[in-house]
Amino acid sequence: MPNLRKFSPLLLLAIFAFVGCRQDMHDQPRYKPLAQSDFYPDMRSARQPVEGTVARGQLHEDTYFYTGMVGNKPGDYMPFPVTQDVLERGQQRFDIYCTPCHSRNGDGKGAVVQRGFQSPPSYHTDRLRNAPLGYFFGVITNGFGAMPDYAEQVPPRDRWDIVAYIRALQLSQNATQADVPAGQKVPSAAPEFRGDPGSGATLPLPAPPSQNKTGEDSK
Amino acid sequence: MQIFHRATNTIAKASIYGALLLVGFILWACVQFQRSPYVTYAHVARPQPVPFSHEHHVGAIGIDCRYCHTSVENSNFAGIPPTKTCMNCHSEIWLGAGMLQPVRDSYATGKSLVWNRVDDLPDFVYFDHSIHINKGVGCNTCHGPVDRMPLMYNEGSLQMEWCLDCHRSPAKNLRPRDQVFNMRYEQPSTQKPLLYAGKVYTDQMALGADLVKQYHLRTVADITSCSTCHR
Ligand code: HEC
Ligand code: HEC
Ligand code: HEC
Ligand code: HEC
Ligand code: HEC
Ligand code: HEC
Repeated sequence: MPNLRKFSPLLLLAIFAFVGCRQDMHDQPRYKPLAQSDFYPDMRSARQPVEGTVARGQLHEDTYFYTGMVGNKPGDYMPFPVTQDVLERGQQRFDIYCTPCHSRNGDGKGAVVQRGFQSPPSYHTDRLRNAPLGYFFGVITNGFGAMPDYAEQVPPRDRWDIVAYIRALQLSQNATQADVPAGQKVPSAAPEFRGDPGSGATLPLPAPPSQNKTGEDSK
Repeated sequence: MQIFHRATNTIAKASIYGALLLVGFILWACVQFQRSPYVTYAHVARPQPVPFSHEHHVGAIGIDCRYCHTSVENSNFAGIPPTKTCMNCHSEIWLGAGMLQPVRDSYATGKSLVWNRVDDLPDFVYFDHSIHINKGVGCNTCHGPVDRMPLMYNEGSLQMEWCLDCHRSPAKNLRPRDQVFNMRYEQPSTQKPLLYAGKVYTDQMALGADLVKQYHLRTVADITSCSTCHR
């Protein structure tokens, strides 16, 4: 076939020219999460479950764990034992979801409040200090007045962790000399965390002790 | 009989080398073009229905990534916030701003906001956020200085060599897990030593090597094998 031979350089060129022009494998007929769909009228590929659906593991039998209510009154106990891990997780979640408004120490002067959001009450009032634990759980789950609910963003287990941490925060902000080991002092004011932009809610690691000294002190 | 001048011999010879050089140059140009922002869209900000600014929300207000990208720690998908999340604050803040009209419309009608994707891998690549977060790879290692982006752009090319560059030596990028969301984290250096787990580090490779052990990273051969990302 002499003809083919004549055209082979052209063919070769064509192969190079059309390489990578097909995108089938890049855009496969499947959806990435939350991708737009042309099929459904509301354009969502993520479908809502049919009303009344109970997914496996989502039958909320343990009602106190999911509502914080005993009868129709908020209960005042934790549904699981409080450990150091629970408090640390609670602190982390509180710093993510609550500090924008309530601030790190719960005085209600967070960054968003300083830019015009309604000021929430401080946690360190007698009323909230005496409020039962289930009440806080309820506020996170259902919202309260101007405060939006956090049921979508914070799963129940984390909500309880936050509740435990708020109680710890209330105790710590009201600490007396009798609560701390001998030789230590209760600070007169809560630490300032503002002016730490850009780090999200994550505080930088503490500076190591040897920072301003030069040379060897590790031996 | 001599039709061509003598000099054509030299020209003919030179043109052979010239052609080779030209082909080489074209190949090189193709490769460079393939890696340029023109193809990868790196550092090109995308238009969005609402000019959402990470610089304001993260840099100035200090909101943590997880407030909006709620599933980043435990799934492959980081999550894009629903309109309700914006309305948590914008039910009161900048209430009259025309810029936020699409958000309020979306909230009132229940129609989703249509954000344009910024980072988009081809569908034949498997990527998972949770493992990277839990093994101590910071958001800004991959996404760049998010807290200084008025509009989102992607920092890396998201090409295979970009992924592999890290998978071949992960130690050079690891940080303590609780610093993953810190956009101002700096790697330890002699000027800025880092105190972690009771030890003072002045060198990233030392910290990285310890974290590789502590977080039980698999071998490099394991995470650079094709089936890790193409499954
Ligand atoms: C967008 C800002 C905002 C965020 C974020 C926020 N809150 Fe609030 N919160 C408020 C405001 C505003 C009030 C006061 C509401 C009112 O009085 O109408 C409030 C009130 C409260 C109260 C007191 C209710 C009372 O009886 O006075 C509690 C408890 C509370 N919030 C807990 C939380 C927790 C826990 C979180 C994190 C999961 C959180 N809030 C996140 C704005 C916020
Ligand atoms: C107030 C909510 C909010 C916070 C806080 C937030 N984001 Fe976003 N993020 C968004 C929204 C909305 C989008 C989609 C619009 C866009 O791409 O700009 C987005 C998009 C992104 C994208 C691009 C997604 C794509 O399309 O590929 C990345 C990457 C990202 N965010 C990273 C971060 C990081 C890292 C942080 C923490 C430092 C963070 N975000 C904090 C709301 C937020
Ligand atoms: C935790 C509270 C909070 C959340 C959640 C939030 N914003 Fe904002 N947003 C603010 C504040 C506070 C300002 C004002 C910033 C300033 O004045 O510096 C603002 C300003 C803005 C502006 C005005 C332009 C600018 O950048 O200053 C836009 C647009 C905006 N937000 C969009 C959004 C969108 C879209 C979402 C949802 C993904 C969202 N915001 C979620 C608090 C929030
Ligand atoms: C190892 C690199 C890497 C790290 C670390 C990383 N991302 Fe991503 N991110 C990506 C890639 C790659 C994509 C594109 C995924 C795709 O197209 O499927 C992406 C996509 C996103 C998206 C768009 C939605 C999605 O999941 O596709 C958001 C939002 C996002 N990242 C936020 C974050 C946040 C917040 C963090 C820090 C907690 C983070 N990323 C850490 C590489 C990374
Ligand atoms: C900055 C460093 C870094 C970059 C960039 C990076 N990775 Fe990774 N990746 C890691 C580390 C660290 C691990 C954890 C390895 C281990 O567990 O031993 C990992 C693990 C993975 C895994 C294994 C998940 C599993 O469940 O087995 C996949 C898949 C993956 N990465 C895909 C990607 C892809 C795709 C890209 C590019 C878009 C990418 N990575 C970019 C650091 C990185
Ligand atoms: C760390 C994750 C990772 C590993 C490991 C990996 N790849 Fe990839 N690969 C990618 C990403 C991401 C892309 C998409 C690049 C792009 O969009 O340009 C890709 C693209 C490709 C493409 C190009 C397809 C195209 O149309 O552009 C081929 C072919 C490929 N990979 C083969 C391999 C082979 C063979 C191996 C094993 C030696 C391998 N990959 C290992 C992440 C990976």
